[in-house]
Amino acid sequence: MGSFGIPLFPEQASTFARDIDALYFFIVATSAFFALAVTVAVIVFGIVYRRRHEGEVGARIEGNLPLELLWSVIPTMIAMVMFGWGASSYFHMRTPPAEALQIYAVGKQWMWKFQHLEGQREINELHVPVNRPVKVTITSEDVLHSLYFPSFRTKMDAIPGRYTQLWFEATKVGEYHIFCTEYCGTNHSGMIGKVVVMEPDDYQAWLAGGGVEGTLAERGQRLFQDLACGTCHLDTGKGRGPSLNDIVGKTVTLADGATAVVDEGYLRESIVNSQVKIVQGYQPLMPAFQGLVSEDNLVALVEYVKSLSPQATTQAPAGATAPAADPTKKN
Amino acid sequence: MLDTPKLPERHYLNNGHGLKSWLLTKDHKRIAIMYLISISAMFLLGGLFAGAVRLELMTPEGDLFLADTYNKMFTMHGVVMVFFFLIPSTPAVLGNFLIPPMIGAKDLAFPRINLLSLYIFWLGAAFFFYALFAGGVDTGWTFYTPFSSFSSNTNVIPTALGAFISGFSSILTGLNFIVTIHRMRAPGLTWFRLPLFVWAHYATSLIQVLGTPVVAITIIMVFVERAFGFGIFDPTRGGDPVLFQHLFWFYSHPAVYIMILPAMGVISEIVSTFSRKTIFGYSFVAFSSLAIAVFGFIVWAHHMFVAGISTYSALVFSFLSFSVAIPSAVKTFNWAATLYKGAISFETPMLYAYGFFGLFLIGGLTGLFLATLGTDIHLHDTYFVVSHFHYIMVGGAIMGYLGGLHFWWPKLVGRMYSEFLSRVSAILVFVGFNLTFFPQFILGYMGMPRRYHAYPDEFQVLNILSSAGAGVLGIGYLLPVIYFLWSLKRGEVAGPNPWGASGLEWQIPSPPPTENFKVQPVVHGEPYEYTPHVAREANLV
Repeated sequence: MGSFGIPLFPEQASTFARDIDALYFFIVATSAFFALAVTVAVIVFGIVYRRRHEGEVGARIEGNLPLELLWSVIPTMIAMVMFGWGASSYFHMRTPPAEALQIYAVGKQWMWKFQHLEGQREINELHVPVNRPVKVTITSEDVLHSLYFPSFRTKMDAIPGRYTQLWFEATKVGEYHIFCTEYCGTNHSGMIGKVVVMEPDDYQAWLAGGGVEGTLAERGQRLFQDLACGTCHLDTGKGRGPSLNDIVGKTVTLADGATAVVDEGYLRESIVNSQVKIVQGYQPLMPAFQGLVSEDNLVALVEYVKSLSPQATTQAPAGATAPAADPTKKN
Repeated sequence: MLDTPKLPERHYLNNGHGLKSWLLTKDHKRIAIMYLISISAMFLLGGLFAGAVRLELMTPEGDLFLADTYNKMFTMHGVVMVFFFLIPSTPAVLGNFLIPPMIGAKDLAFPRINLLSLYIFWLGAAFFFYALFAGGVDTGWTFYTPFSSFSSNTNVIPTALGAFISGFSSILTGLNFIVTIHRMRAPGLTWFRLPLFVWAHYATSLIQVLGTPVVAITIIMVFVERAFGFGIFDPTRGGDPVLFQHLFWFYSHPAVYIMILPAMGVISEIVSTFSRKTIFGYSFVAFSSLAIAVFGFIVWAHHMFVAGISTYSALVFSFLSFSVAIPSAVKTFNWAATLYKGAISFETPMLYAYGFFGLFLIGGLTGLFLATLGTDIHLHDTYFVVSHFHYIMVGGAIMGYLGGLHFWWPKLVGRMYSEFLSRVSAILVFVGFNLTFFPQFILGYMGMPRRYHAYPDEFQVLNILSSAGAGVLGIGYLLPVIYFLWSLKRGEVAGPNPWGASGLEWQIPSPPPTENFKVQPVVHGEPYEYTPHVAREANLV
């Protein structure tokens, strides 16, 4: 992939890479054509029509309507091709498959923390299996960050107070860069790491080697108990808070009559800013946990609550966790 | 030339002496000169910061500066260049000086407000210098929240207030231009006889007046959040950090057109003059300026494609972003067509115009990669973006500004500069610029993020090329300081119209008298008249 020893693009290590590189070279070729056409024109005109004596003036040509239309319409059409191609790639990149492996990422000054459902937690390193879609749900503990995998050609900002998502399917075993691409203060350029793409068997072996605290949902369950959430959120539905069984993917009616779909973002918000979206029929009794539960623990709690909706969880094919359909929606 | 021209006996430069005659002047030309000196100083300062950044990036390790120092360097480079150099550059210097004579007026509509705008600019700069000497600021010129509202412990408030205050200088200049262009045109100077430079400034002024208040409000919001703890952008206090980006880019994307549109106006004048030919497709070039100003307001969210906005709004903003590409393309084609069957000569301003073609083409075309959603996801916040906007804001806007300065310098001071040195500088700027910024496109596609103090080893070769280019570029930018200063006393006397140009401003002495015109000019013809008859009248034959 080099030319004169200088590499021109990063490794193609995801299913997106080939498409994005092809789109890139299409735009490069189109741009090069127009740049060359104009450059040749101005140079040739500059030579052919150079001023030969002091009193010479140019021909009186005021314009040409067909030409103006031609060079407005043709670039517009080409631009629309770029738009369409880019939009379809983008749509694909923003729509994780329902069966994607779920991973959580939390950015904080200046590190990336990843949590796997099986319980493994890692910092600045992310292990994923090859040839399997992986969905990363991202948030930040402090300021904006952006999770960037150049070899996968994708990135997404980490936004405090909100979950965003990206997905990829790695196609090549190996180690690739992870960069933070949203400026986040002193050690922004040190907020880097590597994604390790493994054969499925190696990945399973790696998974088996970790998770001393049990699965993510189990950790969430312990937190759920420690925080005494269960005193109000009774299974019976008769508690002071709604039952949390089988709610993920459902639409709930809020106190003000509005509705909300229960997804990861809604669950998170209902913990940290519990007063904002109260389900109709319940009193605003729950304390807000803003600043009291770390983002890592919030992820565990969310994953625990999701585990209470077995037919709707990520690994299930039901696709009820349709946050996937609109991952960038403001929660 | 039949006889050597002499400087006029009385002109705006010798009408009054001493500091007071400058500081209390209402003459748009003197105000323009004071702006020229002020922003040149800011340009050199911003250039020093850029030099520091490029020095650090010669090695992969962050070994020259501490990370915090480096972050302050690129922040202050951006703040100085954007708010204190690029935004005022062409409008406040060349627009200020030239719009009245171009439209046959004695001054701008509000001379006192014009002087006020300069004082406001200085006040804004004073706030910036306070921040600088108090230890600088490290938020990036974009002041993104919530980093700027609670995380950064540097001088965010004074810097932001500096930008806030200088914004009012920009608003007042724009207001002044709009009223002047509407109300003070000479008899016979209809809208479609206006020089394209004036059209470009009219479009620019609309953006300044309509866009700048939004960034002012945004800065005030950051101020009250940071100073008084209001929850506007900080999510832990119920705010929304992405809201800041919407507000900020609603101004700061159009602000790019505040920089490039006046430069485009300059290029239209230069291309016409040095090919002795009327501009091809005058009304298309004029209206494309307005189209860019209008469309520029509806593309801001392309800065936020990976900032968690909805998929559908990303589609809409991608689509709209392409709408800005079309009027820019139309302008470029019309300039190229203007050269066809011209009588072209290549004095320094024309070299700058050719340099502008090359750099603006690359800058504009690389915008397509960022308007296209699929590629933007990969390129967002990488060096590709850094390179793209430098091609527009430095390659385009500064080539235009410098071209204009070389074109109208004889009008400003009445004397010529060294043709040899100025050609050398134009070529150095072009070569140095490409060497600096072209490698950054490749770095960006390779994945190197912007605002990185240290970087992986594989990016080093391209970074060294870029830093070497910055050295060449620096020499290219410094040379004009030398020969312009030299020309003040020693330059050959230029005469009223050294280029044989057609505009009204070339019919008055160089330097012009304070009142510009002894008698009110009346316009009978079209702009850019270059007929053998006119050439004879201008003593060209």
